[in-house]
Amino acid sequence: MDAMIEPVPGPSAAGPLLALRGIVKQFPGCLANDHVDLTVGRNEIHALLGENGAGKSTLVKIIYGVMKPDAGTITWDGRAVTIANPAQARSLGIGMVFQHFSLFEALTVAENIALGLNNPADRVGLNDRIVDISTRYGLPLDPDRAVHDLSVGERQRIEIVRCLLQNPKLLIMDEPTSVLTPQEVKKLFETLRRLAAEGCSILYISHKLEEIRALCERATIMRLGKVVAHCTPAQKTARELAELMISATLKPQDFRQRTGRAAAPRLVLDRLTIRSNQQFGTDLKDISFSVAGGEILGIAGIAGNGQSELMDALSGEIPAGSPKNILLDGAEIGHEGPTARRRRGACFLPEERNGHGAVGMMTLAENGFLSANVRAVLNRLGLIDRKRTRAFAAGVIKRFDVRTTGPEAEARALSGGNLQKFLIGREVVQTPSVLMLSQPTWGVDAGAAAAIYEALVALADAGTAIVIISQDLDEILLLCDRIAVIAAGRVSPPMPVKEATIEQIGLLMGGGGAPVAEVAHVPA
Amino acid sequence: MFRLEPRGERSQFWTFCSPVLAVALTIVTMALIFAAMGAPPLAGIETFLISPLLSVSGLSSLAVRAAPLIMIGVGLAFCYRANVWNIGGDGQFTLGALAGGGLALFFPNQAFWWFYPVVLIAGVLGGMFWAGIVAFLKLRFNANEILTSLMLVYIAQLVLVWLVTGPWRDPQGYGFPQSAMFGAGSTTPDIFGTTMHLGCILAPLLAIAIWLIMGRTVLGFQLRVVGQAPRAARYAGFSNAKLTWIALLVSGGLSGLAGIIEVTGPIGQLTTGITPGYGFTAVIVAFLGRLHPIGVIFAGLLLALSYLGGDAAQINLNLPNAITGIFQGVLLFYLLGADILILYRLKRVKRAVQAGIPALEPAE
Repeated sequence: MDAMIEPVPGPSAAGPLLALRGIVKQFPGCLANDHVDLTVGRNEIHALLGENGAGKSTLVKIIYGVMKPDAGTITWDGRAVTIANPAQARSLGIGMVFQHFSLFEALTVAENIALGLNNPADRVGLNDRIVDISTRYGLPLDPDRAVHDLSVGERQRIEIVRCLLQNPKLLIMDEPTSVLTPQEVKKLFETLRRLAAEGCSILYISHKLEEIRALCERATIMRLGKVVAHCTPAQKTARELAELMISATLKPQDFRQRTGRAAAPRLVLDRLTIRSNQQFGTDLKDISFSVAGGEILGIAGIAGNGQSELMDALSGEIPAGSPKNILLDGAEIGHEGPTARRRRGACFLPEERNGHGAVGMMTLAENGFLSANVRAVLNRLGLIDRKRTRAFAAGVIKRFDVRTTGPEAEARALSGGNLQKFLIGREVVQTPSVLMLSQPTWGVDAGAAAAIYEALVALADAGTAIVIISQDLDEILLLCDRIAVIAAGRVSPPMPVKEATIEQIGLLMGGGGAPVAEVAHVPA
Repeated sequence: MFRLEPRGERSQFWTFCSPVLAVALTIVTMALIFAAMGAPPLAGIETFLISPLLSVSGLSSLAVRAAPLIMIGVGLAFCYRANVWNIGGDGQFTLGALAGGGLALFFPNQAFWWFYPVVLIAGVLGGMFWAGIVAFLKLRFNANEILTSLMLVYIAQLVLVWLVTGPWRDPQGYGFPQSAMFGAGSTTPDIFGTTMHLGCILAPLLAIAIWLIMGRTVLGFQLRVVGQAPRAARYAGFSNAKLTWIALLVSGGLSGLAGIIEVTGPIGQLTTGITPGYGFTAVIVAFLGRLHPIGVIFAGLLLALSYLGGDAAQINLNLPNAITGIFQGVLLFYLLGADILILYRLKRVKRAVQAGIPALEPAE
């Protein structure tokens, strides 16, 4: 099982280090990689750029041997190879630093690194080699410290050193800066440049545009499983890169007849500022907007810019600092929890279905009860009214054409799209005055998405104010009257969708990378 | 070689069959232990598990032993369903005995019919108070309830020892560490003229009540959601603090009730040895019963049998009484081991593939 290919110096050294041709990977209901070509040269820092769901991770997993492609060829160092598993990828000289670290908190740095070595013999003199490598590449690490004492940046260094110990020729970094401070980002970049200069190519995955412009020599941009461009990032502006990345396949916008009538605002956010309760969360800063009855407001943005915190603030899972920060039909509700807000007429559905919007091990009837008991009154004197609960779920199933055996089916038995139809239906049939949704069609097939859109439009036409937080720009352009962009916890002033241009939106989305702006200041 | 492979979902079959497998393996292991200790294995099993069931007095002793186990176990199951890990049932049992027992000692000659129920209620409140400390520490200081509830067991035991050797010691008790016997007005009624008492009827009724609460009420629903998916509970607007309080107060109250019934019934006074570890055995009862109130009834009977079997083995086979603890420990060991089959399946792997230690791969 050792290296099937002995690295051969000589003629092959001239060509590219890694070349993928025509890589295809099909998942059920989704073509994750559609004839993808990628070439990484020697000494090169190569960016792989794209939105969430563009197929970057799938491609990288194929390179690292975690997944097998359905079609296509991989050429490594001038030779065609098949990479069966990560161990083989490592023996070829491919290392990878994952976004989520796999470290044991209770063990020391050296122990963690020893656990990741393929060959037990490599453990001899490990401490010296860790110190040696970490000083050579500016990654200071004390091998004897316990991991639980270390900062996130230091933990990432362990992962990098773990890779470097194997003398890789290609280092894959998956969203490495998403958890780092600006100072740590700066240091990381120095290390990566040094590595590249010494002959270790880097494949750098990110959706942070300024970062890529500052660091990478070449870029491959993906969208919806396809490569849309190969380019030199330094020659493009952030705006141009954003356009390439999101270049929305604009569909005709006649999904709904926009009335444009001026209704009273039903939901108002007034300078909402909230600290995230997550360790690597995004704080919400000074968010103000209002949504009128009959209006659909879309909030676009790249993942991890505060969307989940905003959703929690809207639902009341995190209360706002002051009651005045959120108004619902004129009432101050910032301090209220989800139940009180439901009582006033608000409904909401977070992005995550499993374990947040629904409980997988419970039946659809019970999942209906979960959020609808307040408004649809499914209990009598503290007892679950089983007849009404079942009838409620059956009604949602029927109206939204949910494919299932009935209200007694467990939620986890449903496909993602079907469950989402049920959950959206659960909120829609409560005829809320304000409906707030995150990623309403995430992982949902086109048919189910169309059904969800139709229901939302009908609800808006009946006077409900709707807020949709979505990373799918097409969806927002299709469905919404106005669009705002969330970036680094701030929300841009909403503008009418008709007047918004892709350039504007792209700039707002990409311009939010606060940590990067300080590090990578490239004159536009 | 075998390897464990994730099933990707919970196996319904093994959820119910893992206790059966665990009991079977425990019996086999017990036979081996009997043999190692010089007792004939089959006769040992017969004495330990079967002979106590062959007489009316044996069955009535079984019910007496099972009553506190079921009461505490059903409370723990209720609590564990909400993801609150109270393992201090023994302490709450002791506080229940002290609160109700203290009341009975202060009013030794009450003849009012309502006095006994008041004593029981005092026992419930005593258990609730002890569990309430755990809830307070958990919610106010984020203190781990496993540790605090366990430590409170030892505090409760020391309080008990102090009281029965000091202020509450029976002046006519020849210096033994025990209180006076309770008066007639505060004694658990016997039933059918056997050793069985009120608790033997109350325990299964309470189990059924908890079953209905968990399955049919909004409260039970909230409790199950908070246990299975805390984020969904937050989304639904259920208060985690309120549910933690309720879970601990209910389980503490049931343990306290078991405690006061035990001291006003079979024991009749406060002594230093009012519990042979019922609160800890009840943890096994709750898990063996799959955290289901009806399952807890059967599990309570089985573990009650282990106490009777231990006595029988001591008398008939000259084996040490510790055999009860061994049985319970072995059973819990196998149960936890067998439970892995709910989420994993065993798979045969060929030796050849095993060359080299596989490196860590991040879970995707």
